[in-house]
Amino acid sequence: MQDIVRQLTEKRAAAELGGGPQRIAAQHAKGKLTARERIELLLDPGTFEEWDMFVEHRCVDFGMDRQSIPGDGVVTGYGTINGRVMFVFSQDFTVLGGSLSEAHAEKICKIMDHAMKVGAPVIGLNDSGGARIQEGVASLAGYAEVFQRNVLASGVVPQISLIMGPCAGGAVYSPAMTDFIFMVKDSSYMFVTGPDVVKTVTHETVTAEELGGAVTHATRSGVADRAFEDDGEALLMLRRFINYLPANNREPPPYRPTPDPASRCEPSLDTLVPDSPTKPYDIKELILKIVDDTDFFELQPEHARNIVVGFARMEGHPVGVVANQPMVLAGCLDIKSSIKAARFVRFCDCFNIPIITLVDVPGFLPGTAQEYGGIIKHGAKLLYAYAEATVPKITLITRKAYGGAYDVMASKHLRGDVNLAWPSAEIAVMGPKGAVEIIFRKELGDEAKIAELTEEYRHKFANPFIAGRRGFIDDVITPRDTRQRVCRSLAMLRTKKLENPWRKHGNIPL
Amino acid sequence: MFEKILIANRGEIACRVIRTARRMGIRTVAVYSTADKDALHVLQADEAVCIGPPPSTESYLAIDRLLDACRQTGAQAVHPGYGFLSENAVFAQRLEEAGLVFIGPNVHAITSMGDKLTSKRLARQAGVSTVPGHADVIRDADHAVRIAREIGYPVMLKASAGGGGKGMRIARDDDQCRDGFQRASNEARASFSDERVFIEKYIDEPRHIEIQVLADSQGNTLHLGERECSLQRRHQKVIEEAPSVFLDPDTRARMGEQAVALARAVQYRSAGTVEFIVDPRRNFYFLEMNTRLQVEHPVTELVTGLDLVEWMIRIAAGERLPLEQHEVPRHGWAIEARVYAEDPFRGFLPSIGRLVRYLPPTESPGVRVDTGIYEGGEVSMYYDPMIAKLITSGADREEAIQRMRAALNEFTIRGVSHNISFLAALVEHPRFREGRLSTNLIAEEYPQGFHAADVVHDEPALLIATAAAIHRRYRERAARISGQLPGYERTVDDHWVVMWNGQHHPVVVVPVEGGQDVHYNGAAYRVLSDWQFGQPIFRGTINGQDVCMQVERRNMVYRLFHWGSQVDVKVLSARAAELISRMPLKPPPDMSRFLLSPMPGLLTQVKVQPGDEVQAGQHLVVVEAMKMENVLAAERDGTVSKVLAAVGDTLAVDQPILEFS
Repeated sequence: MQDIVRQLTEKRAAAELGGGPQRIAAQHAKGKLTARERIELLLDPGTFEEWDMFVEHRCVDFGMDRQSIPGDGVVTGYGTINGRVMFVFSQDFTVLGGSLSEAHAEKICKIMDHAMKVGAPVIGLNDSGGARIQEGVASLAGYAEVFQRNVLASGVVPQISLIMGPCAGGAVYSPAMTDFIFMVKDSSYMFVTGPDVVKTVTHETVTAEELGGAVTHATRSGVADRAFEDDGEALLMLRRFINYLPANNREPPPYRPTPDPASRCEPSLDTLVPDSPTKPYDIKELILKIVDDTDFFELQPEHARNIVVGFARMEGHPVGVVANQPMVLAGCLDIKSSIKAARFVRFCDCFNIPIITLVDVPGFLPGTAQEYGGIIKHGAKLLYAYAEATVPKITLITRKAYGGAYDVMASKHLRGDVNLAWPSAEIAVMGPKGAVEIIFRKELGDEAKIAELTEEYRHKFANPFIAGRRGFIDDVITPRDTRQRVCRSLAMLRTKKLENPWRKHGNIPL
Repeated sequence: MFEKILIANRGEIACRVIRTARRMGIRTVAVYSTADKDALHVLQADEAVCIGPPPSTESYLAIDRLLDACRQTGAQAVHPGYGFLSENAVFAQRLEEAGLVFIGPNVHAITSMGDKLTSKRLARQAGVSTVPGHADVIRDADHAVRIAREIGYPVMLKASAGGGGKGMRIARDDDQCRDGFQRASNEARASFSDERVFIEKYIDEPRHIEIQVLADSQGNTLHLGERECSLQRRHQKVIEEAPSVFLDPDTRARMGEQAVALARAVQYRSAGTVEFIVDPRRNFYFLEMNTRLQVEHPVTELVTGLDLVEWMIRIAAGERLPLEQHEVPRHGWAIEARVYAEDPFRGFLPSIGRLVRYLPPTESPGVRVDTGIYEGGEVSMYYDPMIAKLITSGADREEAIQRMRAALNEFTIRGVSHNISFLAALVEHPRFREGRLSTNLIAEEYPQGFHAADVVHDEPALLIATAAAIHRRYRERAARISGQLPGYERTVDDHWVVMWNGQHHPVVVVPVEGGQDVHYNGAAYRVLSDWQFGQPIFRGTINGQDVCMQVERRNMVYRLFHWGSQVDVKVLSARAAELISRMPLKPPPDMSRFLLSPMPGLLTQVKVQPGDEVQAGQHLVVVEAMKMENVLAAERDGTVSKVLAAVGDTLAVDQPILEFS
């Protein structure tokens, strides 16, 4: 028996070496940790239970029978993050470039199936050269098996992808279907076709980093939700991120005690909105001053910056925050910001996370680029997402809520549960100047008259009380008391029950 | 006594005057421009009157509007503060004509001291020591040498029409004097088409020391000792103190007597200041007299216990000074540091904007804060960028310095740049500690400007222990999250590594009642604090010593601010530190290929397109900041590869605008 135990230990040691010391050194030289090192940083120390360590591929073509490494390029299993169960797969670039074989895919599918059974999140650490070409269609089938599971798990357990190396071709579609994608700067990239193919087909010269690096996806495409400096930061920030998410769609999001009193008053919020309606201010100051411990985990901070989304806690309970950002494009909604916010709202709704919406929106961004790009359908995504959401929805209008954008931003009419406004709120079809120029078209030549009428319009309509009179706004609050009012509303809504009519699924304008 | 006074000023000094008036039971009227409608002085005063639009000329300098405001509110007297109309004889005159009292000196004193030549002449007549020199034009080089010998070397040859250092020469002997005369007159001719040159004594390592005088209308004139204001940056005072380490009792007495003599000579009434320049051998020379309350008056108040504003008001109301010169109290030491909205790390570029966080130090005996703003307020582009004055006092200089250091640790400002680091570096500077001051100190010690490397923290263990203690708190809290696997709950390790500048500092952190014990480098640090997550200030004790640090958590980094140093540390498990140290260090991104915005502002113009070849000096973009257009030009030849921001974008500091290939 002793011998057998010793053999097991040796076998384990061999498997844990992955592609061997040389490849591990090469991995480190690239600024990348190995698959197992990454898991060590991600999970609570000593909690990782590895499965399928002895799985090997079954390919015999092209000399593959001589190149078999136990584990077959992916480390899978489960462990805990702050005591909460997570299923993890971590692709091992040191083993055949982390390429996906049939067996590799089976390992991933196994932990996904288990995650669904027990209701726990799936975290994928991607670092793979792509399909195991030697295996042909078996490898492709493996991808599709994973894709299918991604879709079935969507909205049931949170799925998070951390791209820590190459991720190209069909491989991108598994992360694409997960809830969040994080990337590591300089060492990861994602694209459907690489720079070589791009060069051949479109004659564009572009580096892998420019085409699909972390910065590209975190700023331009919006594919990545965050870009982190290195493996260490990415993994440790992912640990922090997961604290906001419930284990599955039947659980409440995790509570964590806070010493920050709900009654905390912030007098400086009384002066946040500038006197001039055209002067911007930073909506993130409001977010940071009302959430617990000034702690806000922003997503896509560099993409579509005219809307801010992210997670925070109120009295220890996670909330999703969506806020127009007057600092960028005056806070207008456009295609990118609508998509960004819509997807975030839907995630929160899937996973029982209440949504706080902070509104300062002058409308939708005009222009041919927007219309040709389909702002009608993309803007509708955000409208749809808010209208469909049944989680507690609290809306605060700080300044402008104009036109259709007012309706979209979690208005009372879209089943907003508590709709508040600051006294500086202006809820109207459009800004006073635009309105007057339409209503009093005949007076257009007379600037003094227009100015007077604009002032009159501003006085009459550019305030929250017209909406308040109709009950579209539940209350007009003092800015300094915002945290207290929102916390109390959330507490009241914790037992909210609301269901949409039965259907196979809605048909969101994609 | 007056029932109501108007304060013809804004900012901290307006608040300062209101504070005293309120204590004296006098009602106060604030005036404000539209830019200041929510300013602190407006909120603090009993009444407030809007006197016009933001530009000073149309508001705080508009005499008619101020007179109207007096009439409208029934104010009987006006305190002018400093700056604005405080030394404006016309204003004083107009008030007098309107039957109102100017809380300051008489018109004659303002007029005569406001003129450089008259004031010097009056000073000389009153027996005040003035800078030896020859006011008339020098004929030739020989003449220059003769006069220089009379005055005594070193001397300064100055162009009559000079300015900005042009046409100025220092001479330390006859040869240099001859040579200097030629050069100075040549330069003067070339620069100003006026070759006239005169000679003045040149003071090496000058110190700026001034005497506070206080006089009533009955002719009682006292001096309240000196203030040393040698720490200046470009003639702007930064740190002042009273008394001066440099003066001996005899010099102090002589300076005081001369200051009083000058005040008497102009029948001075109210508070005033006689400024002297002092050379290393304690020779002192009259510079000018300021006929108003000085910015730095609080240091005199703290060492004499007299409220200068109160006495200005009482004197204006006709009261007599109740004490004789020998009764003027003098105890302890006081230091003032001026907190400016400027970025010391970027050539002291002024900064404006919203004060997202503003937490001045708590006032206590020994710590006084004269402030004119509040959290959520605005530092506007229209006025002086001084945010506050921090004044500390103690039984001796050392105690005042220690209190200053501690108070600077607490001073939290977010939203605008500020010079707290610079102030902390100055009060820590060996030359300041030893009192070896001169008005050139800042220029000499920071010739290339001020940099983060100029502030070195000499007790890093405090930072390490604090970061470790804070991290342990975060970890413990994280371990209290709901939904954990029963029987397998998270426990918190005691072993951590503080990573600072790539160096690993292993620590053991153990919770104790009210804090943590941090074991580091063979020593134990008991860190006790009631700090809570997210609070910007960490107050507590380390091994019984009071500690106050500013803390900010940014992703994995804890940013600590203490004693002027800002440090970024990470706290990791031993294993994580080991794994991360296996990675090659990423070189910082090469930003030389980018055109970065030097200031926050609005991008108003982009004059180039991708592919454009540009030459050094060529205008690339225009950034509007503080209503000023700033043209950014190419630093060297190159080709624009990308335009990274669009016209109309709000830019942050260091945000890339263009990329070059």
